[in-house]
Amino acid sequence: MPAVSKGDGMRGLAVFISDIRNCKSKEAEVKRINKELANIRSKFKGDKALDGYSKKKYVCKLLFIFLLGHDIDFGHMEAVNLLSSNKYTEKQIGYLFISVLVNSNSDLISLINNGIKNDLASRNPTFMNLALHCIANVGSREMAEAFASQIPSILVAGDTMDSVKQSAALCLLRLNRTSPDLVPMGEWTARVVHLLNDQHLGVVTAATSLITTLAQKSPEDFRTSISLAVARLSRIVTSASIDLQDYTYYFVAAPWLSVKLLRLLQCYPPPEDAALRSRLTESIALIIHHDSEPTLLVRACNQLGQFLQHRETNLRYLALESMCTLASSEFSHEAVKTHIDTVINALKTERDVSVRQRAVDLLYAMCDRSNSKQIVAEMLSYLENADYSIREEIVLKVAILAEKYAVDYTWYVDTILNLIRIAGDHVSEEVWYRVIQIVINQDDVQGYAAKTVFEALQAPACHENLLKVGGYILGEFGNLIAGDPRSSPLVQFNLLHSKFHLCSVPTRALLLSAYIKFINLFPEVKPTIQDVLRSDSQLRNADVELQQRAIEYLRLSCIASTDILATVLEEMPPFPERESSILAKLKKKKGPGKVPDMDEARWNVNGNTEHSENTEPTNKSSPPSLVADLLPTNRPRPASYSPTILSAGNMAPSHPFTDLLNMNSSPAAGASLLVDVLSDLSSPAPAPTTGPGPTDVCEEHFSRFVCKNNGVIFENQLLQIGLKSEYRQNLGRIYVFYGNKTSSQFLSFSSSVTSSDTLKTHILPLLRLLLTDLSLNVHTMPVDPTVEGGAQLQQILNIECLSDFSDTPVLNVEFRYGGTLQNIAVKLPVMLNKFFQPTEMTSEDFFQRWKQLGVPQQEVQTIFKAQHPMDTDVTNAKILGFGVALLSEVDPNPANFVGAGVIHTKNTQVGCLLRLEPNPQAEMYRLTLRTSRESVSQRLCDLLSEQF
Amino acid sequence: MQFMLLFSRQGKLRLQKWYVPLCEKEKKKITRELVQTVLARKPKMCSFLEWRDLKVVYKRYASLYFCCAIEPQDNELITLEIIHRYVELLDKYFGSVCELDIIFNFEKAYFILDEFLLGGEAQETSKKNVLKAIEQADLLQENIDFQMRLFAGVMVPNLVSESSGLFQN
Repeated sequence: MPAVSKGDGMRGLAVFISDIRNCKSKEAEVKRINKELANIRSKFKGDKALDGYSKKKYVCKLLFIFLLGHDIDFGHMEAVNLLSSNKYTEKQIGYLFISVLVNSNSDLISLINNGIKNDLASRNPTFMNLALHCIANVGSREMAEAFASQIPSILVAGDTMDSVKQSAALCLLRLNRTSPDLVPMGEWTARVVHLLNDQHLGVVTAATSLITTLAQKSPEDFRTSISLAVARLSRIVTSASIDLQDYTYYFVAAPWLSVKLLRLLQCYPPPEDAALRSRLTESIALIIHHDSEPTLLVRACNQLGQFLQHRETNLRYLALESMCTLASSEFSHEAVKTHIDTVINALKTERDVSVRQRAVDLLYAMCDRSNSKQIVAEMLSYLENADYSIREEIVLKVAILAEKYAVDYTWYVDTILNLIRIAGDHVSEEVWYRVIQIVINQDDVQGYAAKTVFEALQAPACHENLLKVGGYILGEFGNLIAGDPRSSPLVQFNLLHSKFHLCSVPTRALLLSAYIKFINLFPEVKPTIQDVLRSDSQLRNADVELQQRAIEYLRLSCIASTDILATVLEEMPPFPERESSILAKLKKKKGPGKVPDMDEARWNVNGNTEHSENTEPTNKSSPPSLVADLLPTNRPRPASYSPTILSAGNMAPSHPFTDLLNMNSSPAAGASLLVDVLSDLSSPAPAPTTGPGPTDVCEEHFSRFVCKNNGVIFENQLLQIGLKSEYRQNLGRIYVFYGNKTSSQFLSFSSSVTSSDTLKTHILPLLRLLLTDLSLNVHTMPVDPTVEGGAQLQQILNIECLSDFSDTPVLNVEFRYGGTLQNIAVKLPVMLNKFFQPTEMTSEDFFQRWKQLGVPQQEVQTIFKAQHPMDTDVTNAKILGFGVALLSEVDPNPANFVGAGVIHTKNTQVGCLLRLEPNPQAEMYRLTLRTSRESVSQRLCDLLSEQF
Repeated sequence: MQFMLLFSRQGKLRLQKWYVPLCEKEKKKITRELVQTVLARKPKMCSFLEWRDLKVVYKRYASLYFCCAIEPQDNELITLEIIHRYVELLDKYFGSVCELDIIFNFEKAYFILDEFLLGGEAQETSKKNVLKAIEQADLLQENIDFQMRLFAGVMVPNLVSESSGLFQN
């Protein structure tokens, strides 16, 4: 019999738990729980005051029920009462309940905070610990506001008990993570560093975590921690294990503390001193290998090599992972390469897919020109039976390696076609777009590519992606192999067309484009192709894109002279140099920083750098959108010719057939890549002239922020701007997050907040905006700030509302991307209703005040049509989000919504009552607002009436 | 560490500790997803897996899985040892701990965890110090309801899996 009930037996609880365990079915369990809930509810509501023990027992039962996954909507008050008990275990259960079931109910928060405050002041270390644990577990903003300034003094006070110091340090760490702005920095930070010297290793353990977090934020302030941490580490490593007493863990000296100290040291650049460095390496080796033998980088690699063959799966996994890091260091790259056979073996024999994944990562990282053929071949053969979950990533990696280390492009073309053959489903668009870009840019491989795809297409069943590549390449370069009677124009055409009916719409669209290119390349097959285009299955195809292409191509081939045809259907110009779209995709898949850096920062389509003059011919002119001119149509064109996409890249002088890559019929899916391709074209010519001129202010998402505080306010291909805002009385704070969606840097990034000209005199005094912090991921505000690809930058805006207002400030963002100055203006969602404090009141109070605000100017009323489905819950949520308290049982008609709140400005407070009457039959609403100020009523009415 | 979950082989959650603020719905979703993922793994597979943008470190002791989610820069091996140290603490406190102890004394399991880890970081790694703190609390208790101590335990169905010691794999 196990020790089923230990310490304090709560008999009732134990009986209840075994009842639940004896339940044979889910229904029986729910029934038993409901019975218990009813019992507890009646006990809590009963006239007889409960003693502390019973209260504790019932609260504990509720907790158990909650942990089983059921909702608990009462008992919070009783739990809070337990906090003020002077019996430890009752207090303890009260705190546990609060930690687990955090509740943002405002009256309770102040009671909880009061309980915590008393315990912190009690000077009883066990009570203080409970209170600190609770703050650390909940970590809410309200608690941070109440206690963040008090805890540092507890932490550094001379007479604080060790265990309290430990709790205080980690409590502060948690608050610093959740509400960094509320943790005051000050004189205590200097004293905290000296806790690294504390005699009690538990205190050092807790303090090290705190110091590490603080040092990451402001390394300079904590520089003294380096020497203290190194000294501490050295004492741990050299001391006899007996001295460390209970901090020795399976013969390893204080492993957790050592790891934490090493993590702290990683906040700083490696020391210059050689002795110090070897000390560090030694410690790292100690931790990684649980072995104190001194190791240098290469030796570490050999050591890891042994782990590669260790029978413990965990160690093999970590060895592969660590080696991946070593492979990207120039010193150890060669040493890692010697393990290639072991790693390849791991790829073939490991039973755990996550370990195989690491092996793939390592092969990718160790690949260079000398072993690329072997590694690519191994990856290809692994691909044939690789786990589906990792296939796409392997495909991307093979494609990147094949391109990067291609000595001759025939190998590259072979590899990619193999890739499509083996894992066609996992070859994403980026991969086959890329092979086409490269073939177009490399004159010497075009004939070979045409021949190879022609041969590959002979297979009775070939993947649709192969057909896409084949169609495109033969359309461009089919003439290079047309001399051979086995691949004469007609044979080529028949081969492609034999697969036409089996494929999806986008592929068929691409093939149609290939056919019109054939008409230009081979006049002799023109009648055959015209017949195909003319057939009912094309001209009357149900798909708009196919139908349009067939009609336009047919007309084009009939009307246009050979010269015009030759110009319109000319061979594609080389693609400009840009970052590999595949690499970008891999980065996106793995998250920034997870792709080992390749030595070239920017990728060249041509695989070498001297080709860059090829960007010029891009601009060689061919008539813009000739097809469109010849064949005017009235209906809006699908994605391919859509004027918005064309203008996105200023690509007027470019070739009309750029669209071949974008044959997706849905504009959204294909467009982003096209825009991406085109935006590079714009960089040589028009950039300087556009300059930072006036831009349109984006207010697309503005109205969505009336009733909520967080979300994305702006997004385009380059940048995403997210907001998190919080308001208290007349103060507000907006956290602005700028996310670089591209894989390249934004240069000269800056932002400012302005009000429109007409408003300047009016609104500037009203909204005082302070830019308090412009911090980049790692650096602190440089003169010429850059935002790395994939990185996010955060800014904090503080706002104070001085008096009521009706206009909105504008956030201006400027940066340089790819040589072009980008200028974005976004309406900041700071509206009057943000400064609402909800007010609860009784029906009586409400109507009394409603009558008091009876002056005609104080009331604004509007009747409007519902723009969204009329859902009660949604409307409730919106009114709450608007900032007022929702008063139920005030209006005699329960279908109506009634709310009340107070707008806080610095000078005055404006009370506000509102009533919203839905009429579901007519799908109309009537909104009435009464406030003591006409301008406020009007503004609030305008804001709210747009929400339903 | 972002959170720690204890669950049984049958997928029943025995303890959950969250060190990041999440709503109840999200917690349930994560729990469901992670329990499924971990239970589907075979015994010899490695204890680490990448999951969403986190690393998951887990280990099975008898009928119970101990599962921690840590950040990408955190150390997997030391997390594995954190799990082990927590099991040692439970074992020492309950005396050859089994899943039933944790079911019937879930509050104690939470208290021990709070003494050991706080805010997701190791607070006190000494077994002696952690247990001293817990036992002091039990002593305080002793005076209050000593009559309850007469109660020796309740009858429970003798389920082999749940009552087998975590250390006797």
